[in-house]
Amino acid sequence: MTAPAVPSAPARAGRRLASVMDSKQLPVYVTATLFVLMFAGGASRYQNQNFLSGQVVANLFIDNSYLLVAAVGATFVMLSGGIDLSIGSVIGFTTMLTATLVQKDHWPLWLVAPLALAVGAAGGALMGYVIHEFEIQPFIVTLAGLFLFRGLCEVINKESIQITDHGVTRLALFQIPLPGGTFLSIGAVLSLAVLAVAVFSLHHTRFGRRVYALGGSEQSALLMGVPVGRTKIAVYTVSGLCSAFAGLLFTLYIQSGDPLHALGLELDAIAAVVIGGTLLTGGSGYVIGTLLGVLVLGLVKTMISFEGTLSSWWTKIATGVLLLAFILLQRVLGRRR
Amino acid sequence: MNSPSPSPSAPSRRPWSRESLFKAASHRLFWPAVMLVALMLVNLPSTPGYFSVGMRHGHLYGSLINILIFTSPHILVGVGLTLVIATAGIDLSVGAVAAIAGTAACWWVVRAPDQNAAATALAAAGIGLAAGLACGLWNGFFVARMGIQPIVATLTLMVAGRGVAQLIGNGQIITVNSSSYALIGGWWGPLPSGILIAAAVVAATILLTRRTALGLLIESVGGNAEAARLAGVRARRIKLIVYVFCGLCAAIAGLMLSSNTSSADANNSGLWYELDGILAVVLGGTSLSGGRFHLGGTVLGALVIGTLNNTLFALGVPAQSNLVFEGAVVIIVCLLQSPVFRARFVAWRRRIPVGVAAARAASAEPRAPRVTGDPSGPADVPGAPAAPTTTEVSG
Repeated sequence: MTAPAVPSAPARAGRRLASVMDSKQLPVYVTATLFVLMFAGGASRYQNQNFLSGQVVANLFIDNSYLLVAAVGATFVMLSGGIDLSIGSVIGFTTMLTATLVQKDHWPLWLVAPLALAVGAAGGALMGYVIHEFEIQPFIVTLAGLFLFRGLCEVINKESIQITDHGVTRLALFQIPLPGGTFLSIGAVLSLAVLAVAVFSLHHTRFGRRVYALGGSEQSALLMGVPVGRTKIAVYTVSGLCSAFAGLLFTLYIQSGDPLHALGLELDAIAAVVIGGTLLTGGSGYVIGTLLGVLVLGLVKTMISFEGTLSSWWTKIATGVLLLAFILLQRVLGRRR
Repeated sequence: MNSPSPSPSAPSRRPWSRESLFKAASHRLFWPAVMLVALMLVNLPSTPGYFSVGMRHGHLYGSLINILIFTSPHILVGVGLTLVIATAGIDLSVGAVAAIAGTAACWWVVRAPDQNAAATALAAAGIGLAAGLACGLWNGFFVARMGIQPIVATLTLMVAGRGVAQLIGNGQIITVNSSSYALIGGWWGPLPSGILIAAAVVAATILLTRRTALGLLIESVGGNAEAARLAGVRARRIKLIVYVFCGLCAAIAGLMLSSNTSSADANNSGLWYELDGILAVVLGGTSLSGGRFHLGGTVLGALVIGTLNNTLFALGVPAQSNLVFEGAVVIIVCLLQSPVFRARFVAWRRRIPVGVAAARAASAEPRAPRVTGDPSGPADVPGAPAAPTTTEVSG
């Protein structure tokens, strides 16, 4: 009945705000805002400790390179509506395998790395196969994978193995200079490369579309002609591959193998993905959000270390609390829609 | 398809003895019991006195008693998990909750003026139980009230809980020197207390769930939470109750562990208990998709695990490989429970098309109490609704 009046300026602004509030990117914006706020808070709190420097930002990428790669793998799985609890174990297993082969058997790294990646990918593919073929819930299959790989770690060796191989050490300490007197490690650059590949394959390839379709609704995806089984297996393979790659980066970062390395890292990876705005139920989210999630978690770690008096276990607690807070945020946003 | 026989495994032409054997074999406690007996018999050649129980220093003594002592925390955790899994949930935080409870109790004992006083032990036990209660409420709140997937909600506590336990213990292993606190996981007369506590909890749980409507309500929530809610069941409250109960069970297990060693290790106490618990539950015939639970089966399952660990140890298999073994067993049991896998297996055995075997398996469904899930339903994230919307809010 009412004539279509030209909307007033505030109404237009309100509508723009509403469209932002309703957009799928909103969780990413929220995370970006949180990151900026936390960084500003850190900068003002630790003024005289030189928090506001390029190297602190670069260190975020260096210290969390393995987490970024693991979280990228987890993003694929969670976008498809599944979950992978075996990430931390696969990383721990990879560190053990690499350390044993390099240190004890003196294999060259260029031979060990592809082997480790193949083992991780095969493990992921196997889990994906069981999940799809026998319709067993992903969490129970990957939970069994968690225990299997962690057990295999201890079968290889119960003790921690230090890597003293010169080639590995040189690779680990190599610095790639950046403008402004900062530098990145090889691990950080590799993790960013993985991120770029993931962004491309999720947002610009057929495989990426299938992953989103699968997460949106498996039934609809099936009816649309998406090869659900192949996609599902591929998704877990990608996750296993990424976990193994993260394990290699972790080995490079910490230069040792230990059966208890990366214990509980799956929570960090899942937390990074969820904080980055990917829905737990799948079908919606961005890889770039995962990067932001990793950076937020990394910033928490950095701030706890800057604080000096806080112990490392606060990191675990903070990660858990942040994860829950963002899940609750998802619920609230989900309800509004 | 048109075969009149109710189950493909029990043809009516066979003599009755064969049929009754099939009947016994299809009882849900049959396979766990067979496994248990077989495992025990494996030990007999290497350990001649395996089944003998004697007295030493006024305590019962023997391999079987050792297994029972080792198993009692697993039984407790398993019983709690059974009820949670019956509501189609999962609790991954049991190990962390056990660590929190043990650390909190030891933290109190160390601070007490007189460590040996009975009041100290009682208060410590109370604090441990309260910690378990709080953890259970935390899990239950997020699962039942906020509708978060149980895996994610409890995974958070699984990892963050270890942090909390370290916080309580200040990153150190707390050692206590209290004769009264040691009683909780020690000996009551000739009997180990763990067995008695576990037996009491199991008996109370069976009474509460099978002599009242509670068990039925739990199963109805696990079968279909929405349908149960529409039928007038307070689904959320039931879910909250089972998570709180599971937290309490884990706390008792944690108290027993810490009392047994007179110390609390935030990092290693109750490590991998979630695996042992889940394994006990699935071995006992409770389906992970919820809707049906068997407490007796869980107890048997826990005993199988305890005997398995004991056997592997006796055979000289390194203890580390237990994790591999148990992980593999979980997968195998889940495969055996999977309707798809069964259909494939039957098809392979009888060389008939998979579809026919699946249809036969589906028609035999009422006879197979282990399979409660919808055989044709898609495997999806537990806790996530099967509805096609992406932002579905469950509960």
